[in-house]
Amino acid sequence: MAGQQSLVRRQQNPYVRVVLIAVSVMFLAAILILPVLSVLGYAFSEGLAVYLNALRAPDTLAAIRLTLTTAAIVVPANTIFGVAAAWAIAKFDFRGKQILITLIDLPFSVSPVIAGLVFVLLFGAQGWFGPWFRDQGIQIVFALPGIVLATMLVTFPYVARELIPIMQLQGREAEEAAVSLGAGGWMTFFRVTLPSIRWGLLYGVILCNARAMGEFGAVAVVSGHIRGLTTTMPLQAQVLYDEYDLVGAFAVASLLMLLALLTLVLKTLLEAFGARRRRA
Amino acid sequence: MATARGWVSPSVLPGFGLTLGFAGLFLTIIVLIPMAALIMRAGSLPLDEFWRIATEPRALASYRLTFGASFLAACVNAVFGFIIAWTLVRYEFPGRRLVDAIIDLPFALPTAVSGIALATVFTPNGWLGMHLESVGIQVAYTWVGVTVALTLIGLPFVVRSVQPALEEVDVSLEEAAESLGASRWMVFRRVILPTVLPALATGFTLALARAIGEYGSVIFIAGNLPMRTEITPLLIVIKLEQYDYLGAAALGLVMLCVSFVMLLSINAVNGWRIRRMVGRR
Repeated sequence: MAGQQSLVRRQQNPYVRVVLIAVSVMFLAAILILPVLSVLGYAFSEGLAVYLNALRAPDTLAAIRLTLTTAAIVVPANTIFGVAAAWAIAKFDFRGKQILITLIDLPFSVSPVIAGLVFVLLFGAQGWFGPWFRDQGIQIVFALPGIVLATMLVTFPYVARELIPIMQLQGREAEEAAVSLGAGGWMTFFRVTLPSIRWGLLYGVILCNARAMGEFGAVAVVSGHIRGLTTTMPLQAQVLYDEYDLVGAFAVASLLMLLALLTLVLKTLLEAFGARRRRA
Repeated sequence: MATARGWVSPSVLPGFGLTLGFAGLFLTIIVLIPMAALIMRAGSLPLDEFWRIATEPRALASYRLTFGASFLAACVNAVFGFIIAWTLVRYEFPGRRLVDAIIDLPFALPTAVSGIALATVFTPNGWLGMHLESVGIQVAYTWVGVTVALTLIGLPFVVRSVQPALEEVDVSLEEAAESLGASRWMVFRRVILPTVLPALATGFTLALARAIGEYGSVIFIAGNLPMRTEITPLLIVIKLEQYDYLGAAALGLVMLCVSFVMLLSINAVNGWRIRRMVGRR
């Protein structure tokens, strides 16, 4: 729909048009397109075989496994939370709803470093619960649980944020009809609500997943950077980069970039499906 | 509003207790308790000690860089983001849809990747860095580099805020103004800009808020020299690595307060935008 109306323009100054398009493209080229291409350039600078070998390094494989494990825990958890929160917020009227929405949004405006810091303060060696967990032999910070918690905090709002406006817009009549005809709560959700929110839900899940797999700041704080054990893919890219293993670093970065591009393609497709209009 | 439970309106739909309870519990465990821990940890410091940590020269220098570069980046984005949104809405050109799709890339790209990518291009022997170096501009390892990184991650916020507003501008108003003899510039200033300004302000605030907390895309290009190119989130990380939990918590609380202020500003700007939209109808 965008740009359709631009076709019925009056006489435009052709120079302004050319200059503005050129400025836009050059700006994007300098800060976005060239940097992205340079990563691919370096990753493949010594040929495909070296690139593939770099990805097969044991530490890198461990990092890929850790990232996938983290996302496999975080994304479903935040999806269930998002659906539950959206159901309560969109289908019922209660006092304090606005505060709840604001609190759900909070992680969006908090620095990722803070998101990691809070868990170190809770579970670190000098943290509130740190000594107790240590006595039980459970390691939270500098281990998988800490990484999962920090990632969960950072990606917390994504699904809920997508679903709340969609479900609010849909109203309650369909569900109320289903319930008054004798359908149970779960049946109503799976047969009535879910089909009408599935694209929005998928959209939120994809964004949540991209952020979960790519999170750097929060995870960097809680991970401790133990190679092969607690480095996720973004951290592994940093470790290799700091060691001047450029092919290795850029190979990992290129995988993450692939993830971003895939996310973007899926997102664009979903938008074309009419799942939702552009984020306002 | 007269109900059995008092604070919730009656409804035939089931699941209110279950969903609200689960969402509330999860929110408490993942967000509220951790945030409370930060506030209480920093609050356990005597006030003068907190003040000393929060205002030591190295911390002050990091605020100057973080807020200065974030503000500058948001301004750059307001200008270039507006131009890009304008180009995408008003002009048809080959590759327009591709450019439109690429705008979201900084949202999707892991910050470490954008950081490494920018550092590669802007170091003195990088693709752009070598040309800039030859004209005497050093980007990597200076505040300029920090600003470039913050510009990259803030750009989509401005473009995606301004784009729908520009699409809404009533073309017949522009035509009317032009037929009454207004110049293109005057039409822009008097008709287009006032309509789009609230959206631009929203995009600006969102970009600013995001930039202030940013870590991953900055640290690779910044060089991280204490007092010079060290952002506040990095200073927190350094304090944690030295097991200075209280120092980290104090700076963390400062950042958290700034985030709250930004959140309030975003809501205020949004409210203004919505009131303007309603007022026009």
